[in-house]
Amino acid sequence: MIVGTLSKITGPVVVADGMTGTKMYDVVRVGEAGLMGEVIRLEGELATIQVYEDTSGLLIGEPVESTEGPLKLELGPGLLASIYDGIQRPLPVIADDTNSDFIARGTVASALDRTKQWDFTPVATVGQQVLGGDVLGTTPEGGTVLHRIMVPPDISGTVAEIVPAGLYTIDDVIARLEDGTEIKMSQWWPVRYGRPYKRKLDPTTPFMTGMRILDTFFPVALGGNAIIPGGFGTGKTVTQQSLAKWADVDIIIYVGCGERGNEMTEVLAEFPELDDPRTGYKLMDRTVLVANTSNMPVAAREASIYTGVTLAEYYRDMGYNVAMMADSTSRWGEALREVSGRLEEMPGEEGYPAYLATRLASFYERSGRVEALGDGDRVGSVTMVGAVSPAGGDMSEPMTQNSLRVTGAFWALDTALAHRRHFPAISWTKSYTLYLGQVQDWFEAEVADDWRAVRERAMFILQKETELQEIVQLVGPDALPETEKIILEVARMIREDFLQQFAFDAIDAYCPPQKGYWILKTVLAFNDAATQAMSRGVSLRQVMQLPLRDEISTLKTTPHEEALERMPALVHEINEQIAGIEVL
Amino acid sequence: MSVEATIDRSLLSTEYRTLTYVTGPLIYVENVHGVAYNEMVAVLMPDGSERSGQVLEVSGSTAVIQVFEGTQGVDIDRTRVRFLEEVAMIDVAPELLGRIMNGTGKPIDGGAPIIPEKRLDINGAPINPYRRAQPADFIETGISAIDGLNTLVRGQKLPIFSGSGLPANELAAQIIRQARVKSGEEFAIVFGAMGITHREAAYFMNQFESTGALERVVFFLNLADDPTVERLLTPKCALTVAEYLAFEKDLQVLVILSDMTNYCEALREVSTAREEVPGRRGYPGYMYTDLSTIYERAGRIKGQKGSVTQLPILTMPDDDITHPIPDLTGYITEGQIVLSRQLHRRGLFPPIDVLPCLSRLMNLGIGDEKTRDDHRAVANQLYAAYAQGRDLRRLVAIVGEEALSDSDRRFLHFADGFEAQFIGQGDKGRTIEETLTVGWELMSELPMNELKRVRDFIDKYHPTAVANKAAELGDL
Repeated sequence: MIVGTLSKITGPVVVADGMTGTKMYDVVRVGEAGLMGEVIRLEGELATIQVYEDTSGLLIGEPVESTEGPLKLELGPGLLASIYDGIQRPLPVIADDTNSDFIARGTVASALDRTKQWDFTPVATVGQQVLGGDVLGTTPEGGTVLHRIMVPPDISGTVAEIVPAGLYTIDDVIARLEDGTEIKMSQWWPVRYGRPYKRKLDPTTPFMTGMRILDTFFPVALGGNAIIPGGFGTGKTVTQQSLAKWADVDIIIYVGCGERGNEMTEVLAEFPELDDPRTGYKLMDRTVLVANTSNMPVAAREASIYTGVTLAEYYRDMGYNVAMMADSTSRWGEALREVSGRLEEMPGEEGYPAYLATRLASFYERSGRVEALGDGDRVGSVTMVGAVSPAGGDMSEPMTQNSLRVTGAFWALDTALAHRRHFPAISWTKSYTLYLGQVQDWFEAEVADDWRAVRERAMFILQKETELQEIVQLVGPDALPETEKIILEVARMIREDFLQQFAFDAIDAYCPPQKGYWILKTVLAFNDAATQAMSRGVSLRQVMQLPLRDEISTLKTTPHEEALERMPALVHEINEQIAGIEVL
Repeated sequence: MSVEATIDRSLLSTEYRTLTYVTGPLIYVENVHGVAYNEMVAVLMPDGSERSGQVLEVSGSTAVIQVFEGTQGVDIDRTRVRFLEEVAMIDVAPELLGRIMNGTGKPIDGGAPIIPEKRLDINGAPINPYRRAQPADFIETGISAIDGLNTLVRGQKLPIFSGSGLPANELAAQIIRQARVKSGEEFAIVFGAMGITHREAAYFMNQFESTGALERVVFFLNLADDPTVERLLTPKCALTVAEYLAFEKDLQVLVILSDMTNYCEALREVSTAREEVPGRRGYPGYMYTDLSTIYERAGRIKGQKGSVTQLPILTMPDDDITHPIPDLTGYITEGQIVLSRQLHRRGLFPPIDVLPCLSRLMNLGIGDEKTRDDHRAVANQLYAAYAQGRDLRRLVAIVGEEALSDSDRRFLHFADGFEAQFIGQGDKGRTIEETLTVGWELMSELPMNELKRVRDFIDKYHPTAVANKAAELGDL
């Protein structure tokens, strides 16, 4: 056992002497209080340690003990519906154990419930050769999720013994290999290493979010990644929470990284109440929350992102589609910067360490659609959505720019839109996606043949509006010809009746892709008919007076089935009514 | 720390005369033993006076100490340092209400000494997110721009972004005077003043006295001429007392912190003296974390009656909302109230520019039974219409009002009326019903078909619709 002594303390970073033999990123226990920390620099006998807890009151000379292993998570049944801090300590257990409303230091708590009995059904048989990732058995978890108990990735051999179906705790040995290796329902994995897989696959299925602007204009594929940058008050968190609620995936990992306590409470209060529209169980039953609020220790915040992605990879390996929301990656970057500053490293841009880009790249590359290790050709995916909080709303800062280089979609939130209460305040001129080509086939097969064409036309009208607005700002709207005025009106309809989506409305909160497509189609039909009518000499005013316009604006809050049934007929009526307008 | 160690240490309580280096507010002491990080120290000056300080860093046998009252008069030779073997603490008791203390929590009003019921670490501990209760209770501040459009709820932290010369203090005083929760309970006020002037302090004092609020105020006073570094402790002391009153004495506590800009300047001063790597505009890279340990100490806890609501005030340097201080604040707090110089110049009070304002928790505190069923819709409609009117103003500046359509002209006039009547209410309070009524009256000047967002409530509240209905009933 390696035990050193504390020799320097500066905020969350401490230095211990006499640590020969300890390795980088080994977890250590600091001081009499046993605060958890991680070795981040070695220099002769000195080890520099980032401490996951408040270091006030630590004394020089207190012992520092190495656990001689990196930060690991315990992975097994019981993760779902849990709420962890950044280093996988369950917050409810901490609250009950210490009987305190506040988080005390040096608390140790088991990540998984050790007494709960799981209904295990074996799949493997005695004498079977197993490799890492092979499924030994299953147990239902959180309603609809079938938790596959897998052989840990670094273990293989012949099954000598496997327990019969029945109730077991995670500490019970469920299988023994011929070489004597015992396998339990839970396994450990170091957070800073990606879990292995057979091979990466091309992402081709879209990650459906239920948000019209994202699904139609800027879709992301399952296994892809996206960032949502935006100044404060632009709706990063509301967007992330909407995604967590409505995204069409099996498992959600929600990491509240250095954000507000009350926001985590909102998730905690809402998710156990909300029904998962796909399964009927509660949303919480498919969710793991990692909550490291801004006032919780900064080093644990740095780790929380890795904790989140490791949990995501574990479920991915079972063959599930997992989405991980990180709110906000900027706080993680700031934690890196803070620790780097305490280490007196040479700063890069805006004080961030020079390795920021490398860290970001290796983090986002842990997303992807993969063929999992082991038998059964399981395919799973981890889709990542990272919020970015650029300082001063200025997107040229290092976190945004470095994230852009490694992510596939950019959902830019716009302060001006937020100020005029256009939500979601996602800018259609600045955002982009690189997955369009990959998911296009799916949309054309599942939604409509001309899906891409409709999307393109709508984007064109919005783009045209931006150009026309510049002219209007100079000369006023009256100077525009009627044919361009109609573009402004149609663009306004696209903005108000399609892009704006009210996250708190029971119906509008989630929009299926078919409905989104048809709303656009309806608006475009209006555009075509109106343009044609105007070429006959009908005035814009006559067209805009039609009551049909009001009906288009209520489509988004009309129940989905009803709206879908109505819209083809509505397109027809639009054509007829506008064609029927008489020239004055 | 074990019990033996404590005894040992107190027996060995030594005074060190081993200063080697003094810079800015920092002193370096050599050959120290058993010093704890963040430990409080007494600095004994050559002239016999005593100052307080805190250990910022210990490295081997060297301790770096920040002296709260500044290092003027400190010498290398005769100045002595005594370690106090505890982190920064404050004595708390219910009798603190009505008292005035300095920035580090010592009474300065000449009253009786406080008999502590408890002694608490001013750094507090983070509330376990699992134990937080969701804020849900509407606070009526009597100010339409806040109640109507950016509702404050119990347990929220909502800063006021001000600029030099803008009446943030008057607004804060008005909120203190009028703030009510539905149950009618009055707020206990904890006021943390950091680097404000005598004039400002006197203004608040007079306000509290004239409204009889003084006996429910705890005043922490660090004035502009008080030591800069001392104000790093002020908000922490204030919030420790606030948490004590809220979660142990079941009070509804409203914390006013003024001015957070001065706090951040002090933070930068210490950071620079420590020769740390600077972040944006010279502020330390950990400023976000540091600010969050202040702002996050607001909220409600499951099963507790009390609550801590924060109303920090900060001055945006050069009215720049992207400056690191308002920027980082906005990322932590649940919204912001932004004051506008333009409205102030036009003589409107309170000069709140509602477009950049936001209350993230608004939806939790409004609606049927909490305020009124049409509240959300009215707020949305007022926002949309006002934003449209403001856009048109820009257009009118170029093309003139004649070029506008009739509908646009009505939006333009709506924006003027909205500023003059809804926002510029003067120093009289309004109930939430009055606020919504003013909103409906203003909206009634807009074309009915443009009121898309309040469509469902027009029959119930629109003045014309209601009048028509009344007339119809009269005819029957």
